[in-house]
Amino acid sequence: MRQGKIIRVAGPLVVAAECLGAKMYDMVRVGHLGLIGEIIELNNDRAYIQVYEDTTGVGPGEPVVLTEKPLSVELGPGILGSIYDGIQRPLDVIRARHGDFVSRGIEVPALDRERRWPFEPVKKVGDRVLAGDIIGYVQETPLIQHRIMTPENGDGEIIEIKEGEFQVEEVVCRIKKDSGEIKELNLFQVWPVRKQRPVKERLMPFEPLITGQRILDTLFPLAKGGTACVPGPFGSGKTVVQHQLAKWSDAQIIVYVACGERGNEVADLLLSFPELKDPNTGRPLLERTVIIANTSNMPVAAREASIYTGMTIAEYFRDMGYSVALMADSSSRWAEALREIGGRMEEMPGDEGYPAYLASRLAEFYERAGKVVCSGSEERIGALSVIGAVSPPGGDLSDPVVQATLKVVKVFWALDDRLANMRHFPAINWLQSYSLYRDSLKKYLAEKVAEDFVELSQEAMKLLELEAELQEIARLIGLESLSYKERLILETARSIREDFLHQNAFHPQDTYTSMRKQYLMLRTILHFHHRANEALEAGKEFNDIISLEVRDRISKMKYLPEEEETLLQVEKEVDASFKTL
Amino acid sequence: MHKEYLTVSNIVGPLVIVEKIADVKYNELVEIEDSRGRLRRGTVLEVSTDQAVVQVFEGTVGLDIDKSRVRFLGRSQQLPVSEEIIGRVFDGSGRPRDNGPQIIARKRLDINGSPINPDARDYPSEFIQTGISSIDGMNPLVRGQKLPIFSGSGLPHPRIAAQIARQAKVLGKEEKFAVVFAAMGITFEEANFFIEDFRNTGALERAVLFLNLANEPAIERIATPRLALTCAEYLAFELDMHVLVILVDMTFYAEALREISAARKEIPGRRGYPGYLYTDLATMYERAGRIKGKKGSITMIPILTMPEDDKTHPIPDLTGYITEGQVILSRELHRKGIYPPIDVLPSLSRLKDKGIGAGKTREDHADVLNQLFACYARGKEARELALILGEAALSDLDRLYLKFADLFETEFVRQGEFEARTIEQTIELGWKLMRQLPKKELKRIRPEYLEKYYSPA
Repeated sequence: MRQGKIIRVAGPLVVAAECLGAKMYDMVRVGHLGLIGEIIELNNDRAYIQVYEDTTGVGPGEPVVLTEKPLSVELGPGILGSIYDGIQRPLDVIRARHGDFVSRGIEVPALDRERRWPFEPVKKVGDRVLAGDIIGYVQETPLIQHRIMTPENGDGEIIEIKEGEFQVEEVVCRIKKDSGEIKELNLFQVWPVRKQRPVKERLMPFEPLITGQRILDTLFPLAKGGTACVPGPFGSGKTVVQHQLAKWSDAQIIVYVACGERGNEVADLLLSFPELKDPNTGRPLLERTVIIANTSNMPVAAREASIYTGMTIAEYFRDMGYSVALMADSSSRWAEALREIGGRMEEMPGDEGYPAYLASRLAEFYERAGKVVCSGSEERIGALSVIGAVSPPGGDLSDPVVQATLKVVKVFWALDDRLANMRHFPAINWLQSYSLYRDSLKKYLAEKVAEDFVELSQEAMKLLELEAELQEIARLIGLESLSYKERLILETARSIREDFLHQNAFHPQDTYTSMRKQYLMLRTILHFHHRANEALEAGKEFNDIISLEVRDRISKMKYLPEEEETLLQVEKEVDASFKTL
Repeated sequence: MHKEYLTVSNIVGPLVIVEKIADVKYNELVEIEDSRGRLRRGTVLEVSTDQAVVQVFEGTVGLDIDKSRVRFLGRSQQLPVSEEIIGRVFDGSGRPRDNGPQIIARKRLDINGSPINPDARDYPSEFIQTGISSIDGMNPLVRGQKLPIFSGSGLPHPRIAAQIARQAKVLGKEEKFAVVFAAMGITFEEANFFIEDFRNTGALERAVLFLNLANEPAIERIATPRLALTCAEYLAFELDMHVLVILVDMTFYAEALREISAARKEIPGRRGYPGYLYTDLATMYERAGRIKGKKGSITMIPILTMPEDDKTHPIPDLTGYITEGQVILSRELHRKGIYPPIDVLPSLSRLKDKGIGAGKTREDHADVLNQLFACYARGKEARELALILGEAALSDLDRLYLKFADLFETEFVRQGEFEARTIEQTIELGWKLMRQLPKKELKRIRPEYLEKYYSPA
């Protein structure tokens, strides 16, 4: 292989000469240790390389080996349940071979080469296939069937297809292309991470991603194939929100990218996922999850690559026709990695020292989400939803990463320090947050949840907004100056906040709420409000109404089991208690 | 023998630029001999074919261009370790400062360490009882956690840190443990306070100290916490000890980093701190933790003083994004004469959920904690309202909350510097305060616990 020579080392940036002919974003092996790097700028025969491992001990004169291949991931059976670093090296294998600390220059294939997978073909000899067509299945985990697809430019006629147990590198199918060329397919494909995987057509999202988190599903829903961002200062619960989504959302595949975050949080995921059961299938959640972990102390350049690695894996499963959700925690750390590399390359900085291309890179990333018709001749529909956490300095939303993200995402879940301090979790501010999918999801929610679900959620939003206005007045001239009807609004809004929006992620019952239960809870709260309004009009005493015992029942509804009867009972009790007035 | 270079071409702030070099590696350790034969040490920050940028730990005062001799040592900075290291005091670059002998190395460890493989991490879940109610009850610390103290100048963070070091224990266990203490840029008096306290309680025999005081070279501070953590890793993961690492004061560390960055004319991030401050801090803080199959652990308490008590200043801000929570001290409580002045509401321990509950502390701990938070927050709101409108304008319920907030501060948060409360006492104290409020206000507590604990036994 061709070689260049190092002429400068500055942290994660290495400059090499004699690299004429190298291509942008090609992978290279740096120095005697063979550290993995990627070319990010070319200048005559000089290549600027970002190195994915610590460069201590590397110096000028050492060789740089050009692999002449872009940074790519391996896509095939064995991905699910894995934990990878930012460039798809399996961390469990690395640990088994090299110990508890990540050393350097390690080369491990992403997919297990030894393991045999049962392959069941669905096509037969003589069938014509297009690129993206499914040729067979591998039951990768009890939960997920891995669909083996023909790769890009894999059109042609099948001249051989096998059945049985295979290792990923073994040939299972041969295709004769129209040009006469024979293409051999094994169980995995290789795809460059920075290149978007093709789709046949993009669709408008219309179906909600159900998360079991009441404030999200009821007030600020995300669509399958949509994009959301969760910005907030430290301690406001970004990671808990992300973990809750990874655990409970009804996507079929979860790709969790821990990008520059805490090691212990990754440990938490790894230890809790095998034990947590998917509410829909009862299988361990790990069977549908891929974790990409590049924690904050791991090399900064690999952090930059990690979200692309995660995205490419997510796209691959989407192409099989699955609904996939990708969580990136946190995109700010990714942006900081860009800034650090940009700084070392002596680029002209933009806002806050971030490179000028920050916004376009972010937009490019989020645009890879979507609901699509997958490539291939079948009409497969896949969806890829992306939820990015953002960690703005000091929680300041004018931060360039937040601003650039808000320009492209459709759902904004604003985390609020003040709420977190009151231990109101999820600390999502209901006045600042928004979802632009509310309209497109209306029809689906009315059909699948309840006719009046959307109206109820709008009424709840309105009450919360009124509350903010009334509180302002009360603060200035005292609570006494408000009418009883206005004070009732305050009481109901408080009930919505404390009894509905507040949700304890660590309580076994409260951690997940079905859409039906969410609907019934909200309906009961608002039913009380309507009955109380009527009672006030009928001249009943305000204090009697708000001290009704049934309000205590309403506040405990979140802890009730998911049984229609039990839940409807509370509403009946509301009616009964108004009769006692 | 190492080659000697007399080719220093440039000295800027803490940096020395050496020309016409050969075979120099990034991050390599460097020795510089000045014209009077005095040795200084540094590391290579950047290297190209013909020149190297070296940061000098001891500063560049007295160095000259033509007579300084530079030797590249062919390795990165290392710490010699052995069992003998326990009970010793070192300076900020790891040289003994207690008149004792050099450590005879059983091993030499690279002070930069390597990242712990996330797959090898064990989740911290053992509750550490510090005996301080506002920590144990509200923001519990667990083994393997990194929980910083955000303080301000003039606040009693050294006393709190010393109290934690003195009282911390895991319930029902007697295990080998050690304290590793790193001082960056603090005064002699502050450092002496810790040393005396360790000595009085006998902790000094189980402690390793790395001291870089205010009058000592600032650039050396870059190495000090790394030396301490390397030592801690050795004690925890090779000698099976439970190690508590105290780092004071991270603010001075970050300032030293900024000084180097400025000298290199790097593009600054916020407030002049380098853009890689987050990564740099993370490579240290993330060295805390537990490893599957290893007995020992590293629990870390970094202390930093927030400039102008501003939590959004880059140093506390970035620290908060890396550490698993924070304990924030409040000037207001301090002025009221409350010790420890821990501001409970913005403080947080992220790892508490797995460390508390039945079998660890008490079954109702999580609920009590959430309820106390909610009540105290409401009480503080009522206090603000009373300031604007007068106490008479409050509803009866709000007045109860107001009283609760006062009691919470004076009875729950306040305690003696040598008072170690058991977790049982802390939770009971919480219940005692909550009984001031009507039962149905306690919404965060599960009905069964309310039944069991609300009425006094």
